[in-house]
Amino acid sequence: MKPELMKRMVKGPDGLEFEVEPLRDYYCEAPPTVMPAAYGKIVEDLFNWARSESIWILGFGTGCGAIEMRPLMTPRFDAYRYGVQWRPTPRQANLFIISGYLSTKTLKRAIRAYEQMQNPKYVIGLGSCTINGGMYWDSYNTIKRLDDYLPVDLYIAGCMPRPEALLAGFMDLKKLIRAGNGEGANQYAENFAWYKENQKRVIHDWDMPDYNW
Amino acid sequence: MAMKELYARLKALFPLGELTEQRKDLAFVTVPAEHLRATILHLRDKEGFTHLVLLTAVDWLEEGRFQLTYLLNNRQRACDIGLRVMIPRDAATMEGIHDIWPTAATYQRELREMFGIDFPGSPRIEEDFILEGWNDIPPYRRDFDTLKYAQENYSERPGRVTHDPETHMRLQLYPGSKP
Amino acid sequence: MMDMFPPDRSQYPAKKADGTLDIDLTSGKYLKLWQGPNHPGITGNMSVELTVCGDEVVEGKTHVGYLHRGFEKLMERRTFIQVFPIVCRVCVPEPDFNEYCYAACVEELAGIEVPEMAQWIRTLILEMGRINSYMMYLGGQAGALGQGVIGQWTTYARDLMLDRFEELTGARIYHMFILPGGVRDTLPEGFQQRMEETLREIESTLKDVYDVMFCNAVFKARTVGMGVIDPSWLEPYGVTGPNARAASVAKDVRKDAPYLVYDQLDFEPVIGHDSDIYTRADVRRRDIWVSVDLIRQILAKMPKDGAVMAPIPNVLHWQIPRGETYIRGECSRGEYGYYLVTDGSGYPRRINVRGPSYTHAMALLERMIVGINISDVAALMVSLHTYPPEIER
Repeated sequence: MKPELMKRMVKGPDGLEFEVEPLRDYYCEAPPTVMPAAYGKIVEDLFNWARSESIWILGFGTGCGAIEMRPLMTPRFDAYRYGVQWRPTPRQANLFIISGYLSTKTLKRAIRAYEQMQNPKYVIGLGSCTINGGMYWDSYNTIKRLDDYLPVDLYIAGCMPRPEALLAGFMDLKKLIRAGNGEGANQYAENFAWYKENQKRVIHDWDMPDYNW
Repeated sequence: MAMKELYARLKALFPLGELTEQRKDLAFVTVPAEHLRATILHLRDKEGFTHLVLLTAVDWLEEGRFQLTYLLNNRQRACDIGLRVMIPRDAATMEGIHDIWPTAATYQRELREMFGIDFPGSPRIEEDFILEGWNDIPPYRRDFDTLKYAQENYSERPGRVTHDPETHMRLQLYPGSKP
Repeated sequence: MMDMFPPDRSQYPAKKADGTLDIDLTSGKYLKLWQGPNHPGITGNMSVELTVCGDEVVEGKTHVGYLHRGFEKLMERRTFIQVFPIVCRVCVPEPDFNEYCYAACVEELAGIEVPEMAQWIRTLILEMGRINSYMMYLGGQAGALGQGVIGQWTTYARDLMLDRFEELTGARIYHMFILPGGVRDTLPEGFQQRMEETLREIESTLKDVYDVMFCNAVFKARTVGMGVIDPSWLEPYGVTGPNARAASVAKDVRKDAPYLVYDQLDFEPVIGHDSDIYTRADVRRRDIWVSVDLIRQILAKMPKDGAVMAPIPNVLHWQIPRGETYIRGECSRGEYGYYLVTDGSGYPRRINVRGPSYTHAMALLERMIVGINISDVAALMVSLHTYPPEIER
């Protein structure tokens, strides 16, 4: 653990000494909670329609698949006409596309970004590496099953999937959300201890809080 | 031939092994570890081999040695020379050349992390470079089994079948044996 | 205007006895910022740990390893032909170079002679890949400074070239077309004419890019004189490719040590003289023109037909005698090379990938990043044209 993350006494600019514990002080201690549907069926259907028509993707290119996301932002394949945009921060995004294999180092950052996204949020696993490890099935540094670590709503197979396959995947995700099945965030909250245990088993130096919100 | 003449000049100054000419512009020669620094400085300053192409290691587990390969390139004469240095596998350590080429520090960091070869004095050699929180032996060594590590640490999606002919025939001929 | 406010040197960190910087993070003067993996101004998945004092970067450390798959270890577990599908995934935007270098290493050690038609098709593919990589670079360089329209145009031009790749090899990104022994197939019918249309589109895009990006006053103000690589740093830091050519040193492997059919093609390496970000971008832009011309020459001079694959032994039992070799090529970022060691068995003993970004993004970037403004860090990183996957493989 890095020394600046340990619990210690610091002296402030005005000379006052106080204790800080960086991994605990600035973070909420409560784990995530399940958020049930807040309104009746008609209103919830309207909200789900609205959510499905404005999917904002976190622009974090975690692996190979990021290269086929760039053509989607151009007029040839144009994902913007479907309401899909790329946003730089997790706070403004509700879809996280894990584009390909995840090394354990990136998995830690992906978990952090995912937990910082606001509910309701969805995850797409892009490429065959998220399904069963792909061609790195015997690698010591990549994970083999994405849904042990993050709740996945949809997989898009391929190596790598064409931009049209990604657009078809977005269509399927919209149908899923409109049917009320985009419950990845609630699934994560219900099985939080199981996900955390899986994550901590592969990430050996865990120097972040249990829940980054 | 240019490489043979170069070899003759070098052999007069340093105790070198045999020259292996791979192509007319690429040759490999084995150098004892204690003469490597002098050889490299001579090649860089007097013979014009100013470009360090790579510094990597090969694990000869059966012989109990690491082979460090320093590949140098002379752009004017368009030839490369690879210096092989054999060091013992246990407590592998070698003198660093990061003061001759600052970029060698990166190669040395990688070798320390991936093979376990120490280069004392190299900047930031103790820091994690590629792996984070690694708790096993250096992964590029031959005795590290990457498939076993992956199977033990990462859960797999069930349903993978192998269509290995040997397994199939064995199950056909001796039903009840282990797949 | 700038010298009305001379820089406050009292903020600079002192040096300790061994030459390292004495940065006291608890003093409140310095801030540690991670321009981390989730950032729009990064050419891929790597991060730079910056220590800033006010607006100025005092120290930078590159962190890689987010894309590490242990390629060199995986390659040792696969036979020579099984290595070939994973080899192209080492460098994501320009995968053909890996295939060529690996195939050439295997051919050299196994003693296989590649037929002439295959050499020409290989050169054609490498030049097409080079144009794609440069197009992506131009989009990224302008995007890092806030000019997003260039990325739209160049990604479209790149898509047209990817269509040609799809027609020739069957896939857009990972082609797996260059095998030890030759290439998989010959050019399809009408390829030359469709390629000529694509090249005309690319030329028209380049003219627009020049007018909008390189003549733009803001682009010039932000990039001229910035990020200068001193020519004396080129050899100690192993700088190759357009980064070196922009410093007036004509380092081009295609000219210094011609491989494939480059000795039969007529071109000059593109050189720039002030080695700042603007010149590097300009050298790469002019390099695209050279590549377009080279593709036209290749299509004109290539033989009409011929075998594209030399006979190779049964790949299930292919054993290559003990040896080692190094093959290099000039990719869009610099000198790319594969070092292959075989030991007489059916598996490679050791493959080491020498990517140009290995030297550019680590020691060189950490040296150049000291003293620049935070807002220029992204532009500097992109101008070195580093692709993280080849650093940590």
